Amino acid sequence: MSAPLSLGQGLVGVGDRMLWTLEQVGSFAQLGVRTARALFARRFPLRSALQQFESIAVRSLSIIAVTALFTGMVLALQAVVSLSRFGAKPYTGSFVGLAIVLELGPVLTALMVSGRVGAGITAELGSMAVTEQIDAVRAMGADPVQKLVVPRVLACTLGLPLLTIVADVLGVFGGMLISAQSGISPDFYLSTVLSTVTLADFLQGFGKTFVFGWLIATIGCYMGLNTTGGTVGVGRATTRAVVIASIAVFISNFFLSKLFLMR
Amino acid sequence: MSETITTSHAAEAPVLELAGLERSFGSNRVLRSIDLRVERGEVVTILGGSGSGKSVLLKHLIGLLEADAGTLRFDGRDATHLREADWIGLRKQVGYVFQGSALFDSLSVYENVAYPLREHERWTEAQIGGRVAACLEAVGLPGVESLEPAALSGGMRKRVAVARAIALEPGTILYDEPTTGLDPANSRRIGALIRELQERLCVTSVVVTHDVQLCRDVSDWIALLARGVLIEQGAPADLAGGRLPEIAEFLNGAAGEAPDAGGEGGGVEG
Repeated sequence: MSAPLSLGQGLVGVGDRMLWTLEQVGSFAQLGVRTARALFARRFPLRSALQQFESIAVRSLSIIAVTALFTGMVLALQAVVSLSRFGAKPYTGSFVGLAIVLELGPVLTALMVSGRVGAGITAELGSMAVTEQIDAVRAMGADPVQKLVVPRVLACTLGLPLLTIVADVLGVFGGMLISAQSGISPDFYLSTVLSTVTLADFLQGFGKTFVFGWLIATIGCYMGLNTTGGTVGVGRATTRAVVIASIAVFISNFFLSKLFLMR
Repeated sequence: MSETITTSHAAEAPVLELAGLERSFGSNRVLRSIDLRVERGEVVTILGGSGSGKSVLLKHLIGLLEADAGTLRFDGRDATHLREADWIGLRKQVGYVFQGSALFDSLSVYENVAYPLREHERWTEAQIGGRVAACLEAVGLPGVESLEPAALSGGMRKRVAVARAIALEPGTILYDEPTTGLDPANSRRIGALIRELQERLCVTSVVVTHDVQLCRDVSDWIALLARGVLIEQGAPADLAGGRLPEIAEFLNGAAGEAPDAGGEGGGVEG
């Protein structure tokens, strides 16, 4: 008797979980739509958007610079050794350039931003939610989506592509530093990068980052606005926001790359 | 069990009217059947033990929470199923003092009080500054404009929250435990302010409180929330005549927490 009961309970549990997930996806989509509508609202929060841009993009420059520089350096380090086995060491610049511009620059920048910015957005909005500050915004006749979500989503969506350009340049530069130590002249290295990496390659990597930026900020805002359970809840929501945003970056990266390669 | 609160001005359209309001959180039925009429220019005090759902009830009055069942009328208009965008205009007419103050940590006291003014008025900075100073003066906190909320004591935060709630000179103000954490002098000041706003500007107030003295000082009507319903209500004068035994018991501290715990799954805030 107990086995069918357990199976039934299990199925009910799975069903509940699926319904909950669908509900979350629906609410997330609803937030996306409300954000898009609020973008064109009568009173656009420009000052707040500029403050968020400074907080999200400008203050992320240093960690993006370090990440990109060392990624380019380690790529070149591995490329010189690996490509030498096939007598292809001169192609180090091509390898590093393509890897950075197509994938590593955009994806690593997005991951670093999801860690720093996504977590920050969720923690800030989550703290506001559990201390009734979000309710206070609503109670004063203001729209939390317009006041809090729009500036963050806009700043992250526009800031991430700019950070990616910085990451691309510094990643290639890092590769050049290591290549120079391995006997590849900077001029030759740069000429191979420029002859291999086309504008289309750059745009492919660059274009994806608008989606990454939107995803990171919207997930961060969604998790923050729906935080419950006091300070423990804020911590839990922040962790979940970073995990979900990172996974969303990886999954969307695959599909966006596939989309670009279908041309 | 529950009766509709009706007051001396019951013939006029009430500012707020709830009928059969129900609200559950999971299996916890916090509000079972709330019927409430708040007439224009009156101070209605809602008493109740911790976890009885007073704050939840207050949040329903301006759509911060949506009821599972029942109806809400705001200024004669059916507001039961209003969309968030439609509430925005209505909330301009209401001030709300949150239990935990809910000041914006990232803004100074000045910016906190100025927030609703910037949101709804097209004023010069001098006009905003004048109103902010007047509101802070009214709650006994002149000259604190430049301080951050983190630098304020709990009582000061509560008074800044009251200053913010009255900044737009709203027609209705909802107070969630407005005197919690205040010393007796400042509690009396808040009580006097509630009365002054009512007498001078005919402001309608709904006050959720544990403060017996505040309840006696400001109320035109008192209601006791327990077991998810408003079990008793009346004018303060009825207390003396023994016509409100449960409220009298509550005010005298004889009522325990158990009857007010709000239902099956334990209490909720407020």
